[in-house]
Amino acid sequence: MSTFDYRRPQSLGEMTELLGRDDAVVLAGGTDLLVGIRRHKVRPALVVDVKSVAEIGNQIDAEKRRLRIGGRVVMSQLTGNEHVDSHFPALGVAASVVGSVQIRNRATLAGNLCNASPAADTAPALLAYAATVTTSGPDGSRTLPVKEFFVGPGSTVLRHGEIVTEVELPIPTEKVGSGFARVTRRKGVDLASVSLVCALESSGRARFGFGAVGPTPLAAETTLDELADDDGWDRLLSITSPISDVRAGADYRRAMLEVHSRRALRAAHDQLEAAR
Amino acid sequence: MSQGERSVTLSVNGAPRTVSVTPSTTLLEMVRTKLELTGSKECCSEGECGACTVILDGEPVNSCLVLALEADGSSVTTIEGAGSGGMTRLQQSFLDAGAVQCGFCIPGMVMAATALLERVPRPTAGEVREGLSGNLCRCGGYARICEAVLEAAGTGGADV
Repeated sequence: MSTFDYRRPQSLGEMTELLGRDDAVVLAGGTDLLVGIRRHKVRPALVVDVKSVAEIGNQIDAEKRRLRIGGRVVMSQLTGNEHVDSHFPALGVAASVVGSVQIRNRATLAGNLCNASPAADTAPALLAYAATVTTSGPDGSRTLPVKEFFVGPGSTVLRHGEIVTEVELPIPTEKVGSGFARVTRRKGVDLASVSLVCALESSGRARFGFGAVGPTPLAAETTLDELADDDGWDRLLSITSPISDVRAGADYRRAMLEVHSRRALRAAHDQLEAAR
Repeated sequence: MSQGERSVTLSVNGAPRTVSVTPSTTLLEMVRTKLELTGSKECCSEGECGACTVILDGEPVNSCLVLALEADGSSVTTIEGAGSGGMTRLQQSFLDAGAVQCGFCIPGMVMAATALLERVPRPTAGEVREGLSGNLCRCGGYARICEAVLEAAGTGGADV
């Protein structure tokens, strides 16, 4: 591996100062960063390990109306977590299919978002559940919807020296039905060709999150009534722009996207009916 | 300590160790070259194959994707520390089941399976396959590897 310096700041202030330097990168789980460094796609002068920063949490805290997921929380913490399972099941499922056991023990939820892969496994769930991210940087802290976080493949609204410190999900007051789909070439340890989550409220409002069918993960909101006819589906899916790559062709992606979106809505609807 | 090296203090297979490494040294490189524990293997170097699997603070990780400096203050178990003087039941099961062909993937397989059995003492065949999905065997010896893990757990023969 190329040479770089390594620092492990203990506080947000110290971290922000270090990240302000040229060619400094954030190290959380390292499952993408170290691969990037080894392939010479990332050439940092300084690696800033944020795992000891006191202000960045490593817990999942359920408050009355929101679930707070600290910036250091790894994927394996999200699987089997009672609050995630009861309020945001598709997020638990999404976290459970990231890489392998070994990867899930290191990879953070925040890192998955910051890498901004169009196929980021947890993004569709966070989009469908209307999650927000809180960031911290030289200009202070800000909170924004995950929907506004992604700019392009590998690119986010984060500025130089700014990192995600927390992901927050609003706990719904009424039952929400969830549907989840992930199309891969093989069953385990693969990137998604298409992934999506549908969250349906009893009012009929439906929120979708789509992965691997556009330059960023995508979010869309619609209603059950809208989706009663094919035009509604066309409008919903018109925001996507699947491409052909090593994992799937554009036509295949488009076909799978529609089939699985319909199934996810049905699954979400069935859950609501069953809970009635 | 040579230029640019830093010191890491951690527990390796139960013994306290202090090692000096460069910031870019991975945990895998450190255990193999500095501690001469060469059971953990380097293969894909990108977290796909699991040949470098070690247990870090109780959880299996790819040691090729962890910097040695990140492990400062941690507890690491490599294949050399799997049994205390002798083979574990799991390792014996690997031999009995004929699960070892070229053997390159086996240290990683054993560490991943050890961690799985810690978490799920009596796994189903499906849980074994899922628990080992981050470990590749290029000899294709998966059937016997799964068999060995089920046998060690006392769930052999069931639900295969």
